Amino acid sequence: MHIDPPPSDTPPPIPRAPLALRALLRVLPLTSMSWSLTAYSRRLANRHPGLFRRLGQHDQARFILDPTDLPIVLRLHPNRGVPNMAMLRKADDYDVAIRGPLAALLGLVHGAYDGDALFFSRDLVVEGDTAAALALRNAVDDAELDLTEELAQITGPLAGPLRQFSALVERRTGVCLHRSEEAGLW
Amino acid sequence: MVMEIVCPAGTPAALRAAVKAGAHTVYCGFADETNARNFPGLNFDRDEMREGIAFAHHRGSKVLVAINTYPRAGDEAIWHNAITDAKTAGADAVILADPGLLAYGRDRHPDLRLHLSVQAAAANADIINFYADEFGVKRVVLPRVLSVPEIKAINAETKVETEVFVFGGLCVMAEGRCSLSSYATGESPNMNGVCSPAEHVQYHETGGALDAKLGGYTIHRVGKNEPAPYPTLCKGRFKAQELTAHLFENPVSLNAEQLIPQLASAGVTALKIEGRQRSRSYVAQVVRNFRAAVDALEAGQPMPKGMMARLSEGGATTAGAYKKTWR
Amino acid sequence: MELTVGPNQFFWSAGDWSSLYQGLAATPVDRVVLGELVCSKRLPFYQKDIPEAISPLVDAGKEVILTSLALVTLKRERKMTDELSEMGVMVEVNDLTALASLPAETAFAVGPLVNVYNEGTLRWLASRGAKRVCLPPELPLSSVKVLCATGAELGMAIEVWGHGRLPLAISGRCYHARLHGRSKDNCQFACEDDPDGLDVLTMDDKPFLAMNGVQTLSDTYASTVFQLSALRDTGVSALRLSPQSTGFANICTTYRALIDGADPLDIATRLAEIDPSARLSDGFLTGARGVDWSATTAAE
Repeated sequence: MHIDPPPSDTPPPIPRAPLALRALLRVLPLTSMSWSLTAYSRRLANRHPGLFRRLGQHDQARFILDPTDLPIVLRLHPNRGVPNMAMLRKADDYDVAIRGPLAALLGLVHGAYDGDALFFSRDLVVEGDTAAALALRNAVDDAELDLTEELAQITGPLAGPLRQFSALVERRTGVCLHRSEEAGLW
Repeated sequence: MVMEIVCPAGTPAALRAAVKAGAHTVYCGFADETNARNFPGLNFDRDEMREGIAFAHHRGSKVLVAINTYPRAGDEAIWHNAITDAKTAGADAVILADPGLLAYGRDRHPDLRLHLSVQAAAANADIINFYADEFGVKRVVLPRVLSVPEIKAINAETKVETEVFVFGGLCVMAEGRCSLSSYATGESPNMNGVCSPAEHVQYHETGGALDAKLGGYTIHRVGKNEPAPYPTLCKGRFKAQELTAHLFENPVSLNAEQLIPQLASAGVTALKIEGRQRSRSYVAQVVRNFRAAVDALEAGQPMPKGMMARLSEGGATTAGAYKKTWR
Repeated sequence: MELTVGPNQFFWSAGDWSSLYQGLAATPVDRVVLGELVCSKRLPFYQKDIPEAISPLVDAGKEVILTSLALVTLKRERKMTDELSEMGVMVEVNDLTALASLPAETAFAVGPLVNVYNEGTLRWLASRGAKRVCLPPELPLSSVKVLCATGAELGMAIEVWGHGRLPLAISGRCYHARLHGRSKDNCQFACEDDPDGLDVLTMDDKPFLAMNGVQTLSDTYASTVFQLSALRDTGVSALRLSPQSTGFANICTTYRALIDGADPLDIATRLAEIDPSARLSDGFLTGARGVDWSATTAAE
């Protein structure tokens, strides 16, 4: 039987979330965080209508986004373009869970990583409705989001410092916090 | 003449990424059952297609629209409209597989360039010339069952341009001649534009071992540190006699990068990259690598070495049928 | 409704091959398609016996048709395909390459491995001289219905897969050779040991597929026993029965009884007696997926 040789290149490891962030998330109030995330996601929905339109029949699915190196999970309910988000201690009441290191999830959103590649290498794990996960992945990939920039747009005079801080964190931790020009980290 | 790189785009963002990364040509499809990558969240509506083609043309790239499933009896109008809309949107060619649809293209849009999809699995010079005589097909995408010498022999006997896959997911069966997927799930590449569809996939993780099921059939079981398998039927692990193995094909993907010089001397016009379901970052990376490779070839330089294993399914690649021992 | 015997998909010894066709002369079938469908390397073993197999069938009043290969790639295979029409019987095209090599104005049949999914393709084939078409097994009843209506308009006979393991895929790679660690060119005819294909099981030991050289078939034997009246209503003119090593002549007789009005439940029982190990399916026609069996679904 024909066996192919193993791949010769080793990709750079995916960075883990910094300890400080983990500590911070243990004490942040979940309710107000959920409220802010919902407001933030609705803003994204308004600015990128194609994002939720692309979900098609999956726009009522409940997605768990689980950064496995953080003590919280996020639950996203696209709700036909009027999304709700919740920050939870553990996943419950969902159709599909997408789990992976925070850096992998953010890198996916920002076009630094390829979803299939992360999945094949098991850096990303999908549990539940695989089709819904695929739809979300494809919709996010098309939206060309930049989460730092989206945040900067609503922080008024703090936008400048925010961008600087984000760039600093990115350099220090290797976690991708803004849209990359399809440069690829692998 | 430099070999043409033909790149996949599952979304408008991927199309832009491919064009910016140096794709000579991009192929894509409408967001419905008319194309063979009818996956959730993917593909183009009519406006996106028009804008995508305009974007590509503005930067000197071409766009091919794949309408390469087999129209459903009684609903042919959906496929006919797709051809008309692709033409209206400015497509440089449509990629078709169904003879009825080819006849429609020939009769109704005589000035529209027709490419024969890999889904037609035209695997020898006789049939390729027949498609050219019968329907005016200008280019054929060769099935992945052929070796390089066979491709060379075909090119010696036909004037039709040939396009071959060089990277991405590999069909082990003759394309368009497989109904494994509809047997297990009810949906197939020919009829629905999907193979082993995600709606029928289930994963079960128990104690680090991962089971991947399709339509209730367990076709993969991997240990904790092994790459995760997508349960594509022909790449599953099965049992026959005393053996448990990937009986049809290992979960590998095609990488014929090092064969580009041979493919060029075999008379191949265009190199095709599979992966409309992949991200814009994947598309950009792969395009950049292949563009560098054909540019190097054109300049008489050696092929750049080693790339992209991590992008591949299962992390492993093969030269597939291009090397005869594959069979 | 007529009965057509499809080409034997498997590799049998020349002796077994000849006895199949000797036996068929006495069965109540209307038509026999023979020749090599799956692998060109098998043909030399029985090629010389083909004329001898044909004449008793013709004498018994059967229409005889010669099949093309399902996938033509090699030079030798193209030559084989070119020579098909020289046998003096109608050719069944199972790869469009065979159509390319037929002399113009030649009447021909189209087999289930050609992708005939819609009216446009049917019309094009009619314009090229097709007289009868056996539809791909994958098609649902709703498509069969539309195509029968178009076929009637075109004066074309429409046939469907009636009984036997379903041909699901064809490949350039030989899986029997691969299983035995051999290359296709040096296969040593590993497929000869499995007259109905080699069972392929899933990781949890469920029967799923059958391997037959470069071909992949279903584990289940498709059966139209519970679909006959629906098929008759749509205007299907023939059922195709695919040769198997166990009780094939008996299967032909049983389907004739079904067509002549026997109770489908009795026929299903008879089929189970002929080949007790065979699992049946009819899901491509009316089920959610090909493997489904309407008798089970109805019982649930």
